Amino acid sequence: MDFKDYYKIMGVERDATQDEIKRSYRKLARKYHPDVSKHADAETRFKEVGEAYEVLKDPEKRAAYDQLGANWKAGQDFRPPPDWDAGFEFSGGGYTRADASAYSDFFESLFGHGFGSAAQAGSHTGFRARGEDHHAKVLIDLEDAYHGAARTITLQSPELDAAGHVTTRAHSLNVKIPRGVRQGQKIRLSGQGAAGFGGGEAGDLYLEIEFKAHTLYRVEGRDLFLDLPVAPWEAALGATIKTPTPDGPVDLKIPAGTASGRKLRLKGRGIPGNPPGDIYVVPQITLPSADSDQAKALYRKMEQELAFNPRSRMGV
Amino acid sequence: MNTELLSGLILDERTELTLIDLCNACCRHAEWVVQLVEEGILEPAGRNRTQWRFPGTSLQKARIAMRLQRDLDINLAGVALALDLMDEIESLRAAVSRLESRD
Repeated sequence: MDFKDYYKIMGVERDATQDEIKRSYRKLARKYHPDVSKHADAETRFKEVGEAYEVLKDPEKRAAYDQLGANWKAGQDFRPPPDWDAGFEFSGGGYTRADASAYSDFFESLFGHGFGSAAQAGSHTGFRARGEDHHAKVLIDLEDAYHGAARTITLQSPELDAAGHVTTRAHSLNVKIPRGVRQGQKIRLSGQGAAGFGGGEAGDLYLEIEFKAHTLYRVEGRDLFLDLPVAPWEAALGATIKTPTPDGPVDLKIPAGTASGRKLRLKGRGIPGNPPGDIYVVPQITLPSADSDQAKALYRKMEQELAFNPRSRMGV
Repeated sequence: MNTELLSGLILDERTELTLIDLCNACCRHAEWVVQLVEEGILEPAGRNRTQWRFPGTSLQKARIAMRLQRDLDINLAGVALALDLMDEIESLRAAVSRLESRD
């Protein structure tokens, strides 16, 4: 298990005041909030910062953490010393947030079990309640949205064990991914959330659809954008060329005099639905390289025989 | 492992959610959802709370609002502003990528 330097993560000195820690946390939380940030690793960073703050904002946990000493380096292999938290009196529970599973093993080993764990096993007799709704993300291929698919998803759900500790339990579900689903959409699976208490009905499970990045297509809502390389003569003279789509190649007619970047629409070939989306093909005129005598001669011939000045509108 | 193949309901603009659906899905009281409506973050059809019908896309919005409020400690007016600005950034980003694909 790697040692985590919570001060370094928070970007503060070891002697920082509680106010400084709070200010730094606020700033980092805004920067890396997964709903706001476009950083590739925003979610990981946000969790890391949240975990560091969980410890540093609480004077008791901070003092216990400080007691480990300043000689530890981030990433160093770490085992908590036996009885490391002896002599501390902890007033609160181990966690102030419910999703214990979001924290690292390092955090878990220090503050996970027994750390003033005040979690109550709670008797549920005579008490009836609907189970909680659960939320999860499911990563699919763009092609799955065209054809539909079945996915097995594994969910970790926190549960209280007999002693009142939070543990996680994994369970798998086979889920049908319906045709026509779009990025960011949610799918509701009734009754697949947490079990109810005392005969109450189970909660629902909400799955958020996320597309894996595709090498060819860029997705916007129901529409797809595809950059399609074309030869100069195809663009100049017009041509019918084969274009890939997630449903298989189709013939696309390119009008004579097509410029790079112009959008050509393949109506109804986007993500299926009512109405279905479109595919926008964006031709990218690609020059043959002048790497042979023959190719060079052809370019020279064009230069001599075509009165072409691409900068004529610039007055030069 | 459960081998049964489960089918769900896609929540899109045409799906309707009730106040209770949203409360359950966000683990919040109705009062909180009412505040989102009062801030203009959610726009249900229907005259009064029992008749409110939210488009399926409201759930995503409500959950982002919930996370921003919880994680960044901002009030709902601030959340509403952040959501509006995020929508605007999103449409500007789309416009930029359309322009860039023309180069």
